[in-house]
Amino acid sequence: MNEPLIKAENISYRYDGDDLNKSPVLNELSIDIKEGEFIAILGHNGSGKSTLAKLLNMILVPVTGKIYILGKDITDENITDEDILTLRKDVGMVFQNPDNQLVATVVEDDVAFGPENLGLPSEEIRERVDKVLKGVGMYEYAKHEPHRLSGGQKQRIAIAGVLAMEPKCIIFDESTAMLDPIGRRDVMNSIIELNREKGMTVIMITHYMEEAALADRIIVLDDGNAILDGTPEYVFEHEELLRSCGLNIPQCTELVHRLREKGIKLDGDCATVEACAEMILKSLGKE
Amino acid sequence: MKSIAFGQYYPADSVLHRMDPRFKLIISLLYIVCTFLCKNVLSFSVLLASALFLIIIGRVPLRIVLRSMRAVLVILLFTAVLNVFWTDGDRLLLSWKFINIYAEGIYNAVFIMIRITVLIIGTSMLVTYTTTPIALTDAIEDLLSPLKKIKVPVHEFAMMMTIALRFIPTLIEETEKIMTAQKARGADFSSGGLIKRAKALIPILVPLFVSAFNRASDLATAMECRCYHGGEGRTRMNVRHVRFADFVYLLIVIIFGAGLVYLNIFGIGYTMK
Repeated sequence: MNEPLIKAENISYRYDGDDLNKSPVLNELSIDIKEGEFIAILGHNGSGKSTLAKLLNMILVPVTGKIYILGKDITDENITDEDILTLRKDVGMVFQNPDNQLVATVVEDDVAFGPENLGLPSEEIRERVDKVLKGVGMYEYAKHEPHRLSGGQKQRIAIAGVLAMEPKCIIFDESTAMLDPIGRRDVMNSIIELNREKGMTVIMITHYMEEAALADRIIVLDDGNAILDGTPEYVFEHEELLRSCGLNIPQCTELVHRLREKGIKLDGDCATVEACAEMILKSLGKE
Repeated sequence: MKSIAFGQYYPADSVLHRMDPRFKLIISLLYIVCTFLCKNVLSFSVLLASALFLIIIGRVPLRIVLRSMRAVLVILLFTAVLNVFWTDGDRLLLSWKFINIYAEGIYNAVFIMIRITVLIIGTSMLVTYTTTPIALTDAIEDLLSPLKKIKVPVHEFAMMMTIALRFIPTLIEETEKIMTAQKARGADFSSGGLIKRAKALIPILVPLFVSAFNRASDLATAMECRCYHGGEGRTRMNVRHVRFADFVYLLIVIIFGAGLVYLNIFGIGYTMK
């Protein structure tokens, strides 16, 4: 358990055809992710957050540096195809556009796609598909055609498809960016439930502060480097630094900061609306 | 347009809908052979009756079946006319200048019309109306799987078919969106001659292709992430087991074909050469 699930050491990445004088997409980045953590990776466009996700399950290979998943060096040149398959099974990924990651014309066939690729026996695939569809609350849609579902529903099918492979960790690459508020809320609830109730390690790439605030730990990327790494409360303290890399702190945190500037005494840190409301109520009660 | 039906699948619960798609494909091939076995009035009547029988047990409304016939009406009439004028025979019915119409020509025309009609009804009742495209793709993959031994990429073809079917509605939706967006910018798709209209399609096709390629690239990454590595070592959630009934259906069709050949002996009226 002490061994980190994911360990990246000084990884750099540069896309083919990128200007060599420019700094690379990822520049000597090092991160550690432990099992069961809920991590948000923040950054504005082009900060390298999606590239990082693709490096973690070998869609891309870093130019320099080492990545270890469960202690196994995946940047080793002699890695076998079988190792890559195990790795991709362990590190699942849900993407931004729900339409572009569903393969089959029927929901349950799509969820079965991953386990089918793993070559599992039919009965086990059936069991897993039923289980994960119930898990994301989409069981009643098992026989539906994906194109008739809403964005949020499609994204939950995509999550089910990844869960069916029984991964150790799921990376959400801006999975809520294309959804309407209701779809976003449903998907966020599914993600939180996965982490809190099933202990799944979650890495959520996002540029929504409100979503990042729900994580245990936030890593802020700017120009291919981690500039901040810590709890949401800790990260949101650095308002100036966040602004300088094109990010805004959540409104509630900003409210607390401004109230403090006015001389109102508020104790503690806050990242979520609830925590903030509680803090203000407490201070009002004192007065 | 979201409610677009794939192919012509007509959802219902019938013997034909429940039949194993692999057997349906084989049976429809045999049925096509049957239509060519008929030679005289008797066997053609039985053939026509069998097509009606298929419509009844397939529970597809007659008007839907007839609607699909409308598309081939021109071909049907054309072949009939050709046969009436171009068949030589012994019994001359009508002669005017260089046109000679024989009784055999009339017979041939009617027989061939029946043959084409039954051919279309038979295959659409056995395959297109009663089998979902995805079941059909799987069935074709199964039936062609022996070809994998001689390096034919059967799985890859089936995968391409599945993905194409999956993305048809998505791309239709996309096309509608682009059309609306271009209309909002003042594009005009519905006036002018053929060339002007064709040119008006370019601002639709270009963004559509760009987006289709982007989708394809995204999908490829997503499939790789879900451990897709070709057909090797892949299993299926839904495995079809061959049932005894499927063999019975197969046997019935073979007997039916043999019966048609037998009926050809009873030469009532004209026998096709």
